[in-house]
Parts: sequence; C-alpha cells; structure tokens
Amino acid sequence: MTTPNLVYERPEAFTDAPTHYCPGCTHGVAHRLVAEVLDEMKVTDRTIGVAPVGCAVFAYNYFDTDFVEAPHGRAPAMATGIKRVLPDRVVFTYQGDGDLASIGMGEIVHAAARGENLTVIFINNANYGMTGGQMAPTTLPGMKTTSSPNGRDVETQGYPIKVSEMLSTLDGVGYCVRRSLHDPKNIRLAKKAIRMAFETQVRGLGFSMVELLSTCPTNWGMTPVNSLKFVEEHMIPAYPLGDYKVSDAIKQIKI
Amino acid sequence: MPKELWKGNEAIAEAAVRAGLEAYFGYPITPQTEILEYLSRRLPELGRAFVQAESELGAINMVYGAACTGVRVMSSSSSPGVSLMMEGLSYIAGTEVPAVLVNVMRGGPGLGNIAPAQGDYYQAVRGGGHGDYPRIVLAPASVQEAIDLMVLSFDLAEKYRMITMMILDGSVGQMMEPAEMPAMQEIRRKDFKWATNGAMNRERRILSSIYINPPDEEITNLRLLSRWKEVQNNEVRYKEYFLDDAEIIVVGFGTAGRVALSAVREARAQGIKVGLFRPITVSPFPFEALDQLTGQARAFLVTEMNTGQMLDDVQLAVRGRVPVEFYGRTGGVVPFPDEILNEIQRINTAPIAADSDPRNAWLMRMTAPHSSPLPEGEGAKR
Amino acid sequence: MAVKGWIEVSDTYCKGCEICISACPQAVIELNMAQLTPKGYHPAHTFKDGCTGCAICAVVCPDAAITVYREITKVNTPVTA
Ligand SMILES: Cc1ncc(C[n+]2csc(CCOP(=O)(O)OP(=O)(O)O)c2C)c(N)n1
Ligand code: SF4
Ligand code: SF4
Ligand code: SF4
Ligand SMILES: [Mg+2]
Repeated sequence: MTTPNLVYERPEAFTDAPTHYCPGCTHGVAHRLVAEVLDEMKVTDRTIGVAPVGCAVFAYNYFDTDFVEAPHGRAPAMATGIKRVLPDRVVFTYQGDGDLASIGMGEIVHAAARGENLTVIFINNANYGMTGGQMAPTTLPGMKTTSSPNGRDVETQGYPIKVSEMLSTLDGVGYCVRRSLHDPKNIRLAKKAIRMAFETQVRGLGFSMVELLSTCPTNWGMTPVNSLKFVEEHMIPAYPLGDYKVSDAIKQIKI
Repeated sequence: MPKELWKGNEAIAEAAVRAGLEAYFGYPITPQTEILEYLSRRLPELGRAFVQAESELGAINMVYGAACTGVRVMSSSSSPGVSLMMEGLSYIAGTEVPAVLVNVMRGGPGLGNIAPAQGDYYQAVRGGGHGDYPRIVLAPASVQEAIDLMVLSFDLAEKYRMITMMILDGSVGQMMEPAEMPAMQEIRRKDFKWATNGAMNRERRILSSIYINPPDEEITNLRLLSRWKEVQNNEVRYKEYFLDDAEIIVVGFGTAGRVALSAVREARAQGIKVGLFRPITVSPFPFEALDQLTGQARAFLVTEMNTGQMLDDVQLAVRGRVPVEFYGRTGGVVPFPDEILNEIQRINTAPIAADSDPRNAWLMRMTAPHSSPLPEGEGAKR
Repeated sequence: MAVKGWIEVSDTYCKGCEICISACPQAVIELNMAQLTPKGYHPAHTFKDGCTGCAICAVVCPDAAITVYREITKVNTPVTA
C-alpha cells in the first residue's frame, strides 16, 4: 500500500542492497529505471536477468528477480538459451560497451539478427569502467583513456562503433533506440524507452535494445555533475539520440 | 526395442532426444555435423529448442543459459570447436549447472584434419577451461555404447551438477551399426532448488561463478572436489576382455580400444596370454581396477590415437611396478590391428625395463629408419 | 501558493554525489557537512523551505536514495464500497 502523500519511493523490484557503483555513476540510474519498469509491468516474479562482465557484474545483487551472470560479452547467448526454453519469462541482459560492442559483438549481432525476444539494456560510457578506464570501441575520437593516453587516434585505434545504428539494420530487431541519462527530461524518456523495449518482448515483437549514454565520473576524472555535462556536450553529438528502429507493430503499443 | 541400423552421429542425436533433451545449440563442424543436422529437424518437430549458433562460443553460452533453468541441454562439436567452448565450460563448471557436450574428435592441433583422433584426451580429462574443476568424460567404442552413454550423460550431469562430456571420433560418429534405441522418456521438468526459472512464489535465485572473496572460492573448489570424490566412488566404468589369465594387458579407449580388441583376439589365437582393459569413463579414470590388475600383469601396453595422453593415467595407476609400453598413431591416422599385434608380440618376447620411458621408446621406434610404420623414409626424416 | 513537499534521503544509499543538488529547481538541497553516512559520505538534505515535491531529485538520483512526499491540500474522501 502506498501512503497517500508519497510522490516517489525506491522501486519494489530493487533489493535492499546499496550498489557498489561510484558516487554519481549513472549505471545506478539505468538500474533504477529497469526496476521501475519491472514494477509497472508487474513482471518481477517472471523475469530473469543476465548480468555482464563489467561494472554491472553485480547487477544480480540489486534486482529482486532471478539472475545469472554471463562470461564477458556472452550475455545475449546466455539469454537466448534461457528464453528459448522458457519463452513465457521476461529475459533481459544488462551490458556495458566493452562487453557488448567489443568482446561480445558476435553474440549481440546474432541475437538481434535472430530476432530473439530479449531486451538488452546497453550502457555506453565510452570506456571500460571496471578495469580502470581503458579505451572502448565507443571511446570518442581524441578522448584520453588509460590505454589511449594521448587521446584516441582514429588512424591507429579506429573509430567509435555506433551500435544502435548498426543493429537497427537487422530485420530481427523490433525496437532499437538511443537515450541519455544526463538530465531529468532525458531520464524520463529513457524510462519510456525501457518500458517500450520490455513491452516489445512480452508481445513477442522481436529483439529490443535501449542504448543509454551513461557517465563514468571516476575514469573520466570529472565530478558527477560535470560528467553529465560531458555527456550532453560531447557524447550526444557523437551518438545522436533517437529511435533507430521502431517496428510498425510496436508503434501501435499504447502504454 | 528391436535393433535398427544407425549411423553413430544420428544415433547419438536420437538417443539424446529420447533422454529428454529439451534444447540443442551448436555450430557445424566435421565430423559431427550430422548431430546438428539431425536435431535441426527432430527438435522443432517435437516443439523443443534448436538454435544454430553464430559460433561455438555462442553455442556453449546458450547451453549455459538453458542449463541454468534446469532443462536437459547439450551441444556437440569437434576439436577446434570444443577449444572455442572452453570459456563456457569453465563458467558452467564454476556455476555448478549440468550440461552435456559431445566431442567427435579429429586430427590436430590447429585446424588439423577431419580424420579420427584422440588428441583431445588431456583437454577433456585434465583441463581445457581455466580454474580448478572436475568433469565427467565418457568414451564409447561403438554405436550402441554411444547411445547408452548419451542417455547416461544426462543422468550423471544432473545428478552431480557437472559437465558430462562424451569423447569419440569420426569413425564411431560415421559408422553404421545395428543398435537398440532406448524408449522415449517423457519430459518432466524437475524442480531443482537451484534453477533460475523465474521467482514465482519463491525466493529469487542467483546463478554465477563469481566468488569475489577468495575463501568462498576455496570452499567452492573444495565442494567441487568432494562431489568429484562421489563420482569417483560411484561412476567408474570400464570393460574387460580376456583378462582372467592375462599377463600382458592392453589398455585403450574408444576406437583405439576397439582396434586393440581385434589385435588381442588374434594374439590369443596365437596363444599369447593377453587381454584388453577398455576404460569407458576416462574421467573418473579407473585407477583402482588397473591398480589391482598390476598384480597379475607382466606388462601393460597402452594404445591411443595420440602421442600418449591416457598413458600418463595408466602410469599413475601402475606406479612403476611393471613395465608400461605405448603404441600410438596420431594426427588422424587410425592404427591397424596388425600394428598392435606386432607390439603385443614384441612385448611377449623381448623383456622391457620397468623404468624405460614408454613415450620416448615409442618415438624412437616410430622414427627409426627401418622399423617405422610411417611411409618409406618418413621416419628417418623426422 | 506553491505546493509544499519534502524529501527523505536515505543514509544507506546516498553517496553525496551532488547530482540532486544541481538538478533541484528550487535549489533547496545541499550536502549535510555535519553528518556522515555509514559509508563515509556527506548525505544530501534540504537546508531550507521551498521543496515542491516535484521529485526531480529522485529522478536523477543514481542510488534511489530519495523518497519524495507532497502535502495533500485537498482531503481525499474515503472510498466506500
Ligand atoms: C574474457 C575476459 N576478458 C577480459 C576481462 C576483463 N574485463 C572485465 S570488465 C572489462 C571491461 C568492461 O567494460 P564495459 O563492458 O564497458 O563495462 P563498464 O565497466 O564500462 O560498465 C574487462 C575487459 C574479463 N573479465 N574476461
Ligand atoms: S568505474 Fe565508472 S562505470 Fe564503473 S561504477 Fe565507477 S563510475 Fe561507474
Ligand atoms: S543524487 Fe542521490 S546519492 Fe547523489 S547526493 Fe543526491 S541523494 Fe545522494
Ligand atoms: S522534490 Fe523537487 S523541489 Fe523538492 S528537493 Fe526534490 S527536486 Fe527539489
Ligand atoms: Mg563501459
């Protein structure tokens, strides 16, 4: 029962555990939005999460759902295995950009191409947070990381991978959008997108992914608040927000 | 059920279906592709899950995911593909979920060739994936045995929450033999206390292979080892042929064991007191049975289709008490019974020092200019 | 008159990241330098009146540390069956 004058409280789909994330890291916001959506859709008891290797490796401690923990990059394959034998469960992966766009590129592309009815929450924070801030496939050109100390040199280190744009070319994909977690308005839009992604899954409308531009204050060497500004000023121009693919059937969904 | 003519790989696939296989994930590779092809037709027909994965890496992680839900799940591959699965196998072992894998081994290392070989014995039995974990490994020598062991694989994997791997080679995989299929088992999803299948009316569950606190990981490794003790105590399987009065004991698994049996029969016909010991579980290895046989044996002859891998295990069992000799063909070459017969005759007539290194001695014979079974001149060149 | 609201910041979850402070449209949040959470952070708190209960702070908080309340001006008539 909610108290009559309560406006906002911690989602029920969360456990009581405080997260291990650094102060101000928007991994936490992404977690909270997923938990809120699970609450709204009342699917917590039939949801199985797949945690990645990356800072979100302990995601299983925070959601009050069944959870498994995948090898680095393999979450979409594990999720495929689960969903194929339990098609009536809600299965989601939560993956970082190193996990999804580097070591796990094969798994994500093929899960999407097969149109697996999964939801992928993809955290693009432009680096390998967990291992101390090395260059990721998503690191911006010129951006300094511990393994691109002079800034990412596209001549020798290649160009950022735009995952949403890429995956949206695949016919198996029902819903594929990019959102950002840098301000209240965008966080609300991100939550709507996460809701749509899960709705896509429960309706069996194909693969769904929400890419979320996220911060890594610790490895970016910025305060949490300045990190949000960095997302707005530098990440969004490189990774434009938008709906990369929303199939017609999904456009009809009213929530 | 009456006997029918079955091709090894297809027999394995059908046996798995009858054992209650609910999901298969695999990737094409010779010489096991018939398993994948057969199941691509058979499983959807029964409303069960089949996915041709993007790679063996994908396949084994799909197996991992499905295994976490507690259903009977498997993959199959051949040597290079199994190498790619090692990451997943280690995670599956660390998470203590049951999974079944078939390796139809081929000549290696590297891309090698598609001919029958047993070079993956170490990988299967000793290690492969990182970390400290046991696994059950079964080695059939005929189509019927492959069928029976396939069914057993699922039971063992479930009972011990452990990887069960069946290793065979293309000659068993491609062989046509009359065999009897087991009856079709109904799918009964068991209510495992660990399965992550949705927290409906129960506490939520987590399955992972992470123990961030080293003492917890140590406890886990000890738990795995204790469970392995149980497997060692209860699940050792082997077959004995002509061992009652045997003084020379040939030891071989799978196809090498099968070929050796022909040689042993011929040697018996010549009056040599020789028998065959064929391990069926190469892991857990039948150390105790071989230990006891050491009392009656004058010498052991290990035959393998590799450069002497199970040889190590036989030597561990024999512990230098009597000579152990080795004969192998490798790289996809299958020995003829005559070659093994020659070895038996040699051991029967010439005494061998107990402390000689069997692998070195074999290598010398293989590469000696005159006695080598390799093509003319090849022995000397190498 | 503006709606009156208030927030509660949980000591268990708040990591003093200041994101809520910069997001609050009423600028009523600051870190409480006189207090330390069990984890050693200065937690956020409202230091003056003016909270409207808009929940923007809760929306941006990465640690779900904030509960937001709003004063009810109109009394709800109990629903009778
Ligand atoms: C096979 C393998 N290779 C490398 C690692 C080391 N590793 C752990 S996390 C990580 C990077 C994770 O980065 P990302 O996916 O971007 O997640 P983030 O921490 O930024 O959220 C790496 C390389 C590993 N655990 N496994
Ligand atoms: S290292 Fe970066 S991504 Fe990881 S928790 Fe800290 S701030 Fe977040
Ligand atoms: S945003 Fe949350 S964690 Fe950060 S200071 Fe405010 S209440 Fe604390
Ligand atoms: S509810 Fe709104 S006004 Fe009140 S503290 Fe939070 S952000 Fe500020
Ligand atoms: Mg990252």
